[in-house]
Amino acid sequence: MRIVHYLNQFFGGVGGEEQAGIPLRETGNALGPGRLLEQTLGDGAAVVKTLVCGDNYAVERQEELVTAVLEHVRNARADLFVAGPCFDAGRYGMAAGALCSAVQTQLGIPALTAMHEENPGVDLYREGLYIVDSGRNAAGMKDVVQRMARLARKLVAGETVGAPREEGYLTRGLIRDEFVDRSSAERLVDMVLAKVQGRPFDSEMPVTSFEPVAKPRGVDDLSRATVMLITDGGLVPRGNPDAIEGMAATRWGAYDIADADDLRGEDYEISHGGYDPRFVQADPDRLVPLDALRELEQEGAVGKVHGEFLSTSGLSNPLSNTRRLGREMAEKVKREGVDAVILTST
Amino acid sequence: MTSALPIARMVGSNRVVLGHGIVHVAGDASLPPDEEKALRRKLVQEALDALKAEGEAG
Repeated sequence: MRIVHYLNQFFGGVGGEEQAGIPLRETGNALGPGRLLEQTLGDGAAVVKTLVCGDNYAVERQEELVTAVLEHVRNARADLFVAGPCFDAGRYGMAAGALCSAVQTQLGIPALTAMHEENPGVDLYREGLYIVDSGRNAAGMKDVVQRMARLARKLVAGETVGAPREEGYLTRGLIRDEFVDRSSAERLVDMVLAKVQGRPFDSEMPVTSFEPVAKPRGVDDLSRATVMLITDGGLVPRGNPDAIEGMAATRWGAYDIADADDLRGEDYEISHGGYDPRFVQADPDRLVPLDALRELEQEGAVGKVHGEFLSTSGLSNPLSNTRRLGREMAEKVKREGVDAVILTST
Repeated sequence: MTSALPIARMVGSNRVVLGHGIVHVAGDASLPPDEEKALRRKLVQEALDALKAEGEAG
């Protein structure tokens, strides 16, 4: 197993905060935590390159760092990229997350890091990465590296990775099907009894937290604004050309309404398993209110209705999915100069 | 625009217009077509008014 390892200036043995400005440098062998990782992995595993960069440099010039590191990892013909462990070092965690994420998505090489739960790198990158729970400081280094080594073997071998608690990584917010021996009713009663008796128990659906959304300012002049209609009610053209799933949708579509004043039921269908679709099927304007908005456009109340509406189905969908769908839609909205959106949700 | 108000609030939506039922957010199948259309216009107008104003922090 060929490993490229990224360290900050401190764990790379260059120095403390006074060296945080140093640019990326490389050495041909394992350093510090990398040596421990190599020993733990045993025969056949080698850190073929160690990359060291100052924390300030890494955060201030992240784009350059990512480009340079990708080049190193590619040239080293690495099987695995490891960054950290970063513990609670915020700048280190941000850099490690960005690098692991880039290596995985752009090179298709598995990547692994370790951080403390409250490291800001966790919030940003947890969905896409395996981040081993490192605790707050380096006292637990040996244990952390052991868990990293176990996970590293699985990632490189392409084996199934177990649940966060079994493997010791931070939850990613993903949902995976599995077979269990006991019905949900039995598990539920166990949980209630544990709660009443004051015994510890784990919920199977962790409570989701939503990050704050900033207050948006008003649209200056709607009579000159382009307004787009978006829905999560699953309205799609007949035949569902983008194959948008009726639940846990992984896709969304953009559908042409530039020449329509009104949506007709015979042109559309509904891919959404969560509500009785008959009323919208009979008249899709009940979900995507084009007829009313078109009138307001013709009267000059809004500048222009965007030529497409966007649609997906919002049902039983993990947040990791819906956040991505939202981001992708928002990119289109911005790119096409839309000033305001009316999102209808069932 | 939604009839699932608590969900919209929970996720931090900045502007929420209360829709007219899960099965027809912007309509009402029990009304004659012209009245239903008037209702829909009213809802869309409410959405536009909300867009003109500053939203709430979510």
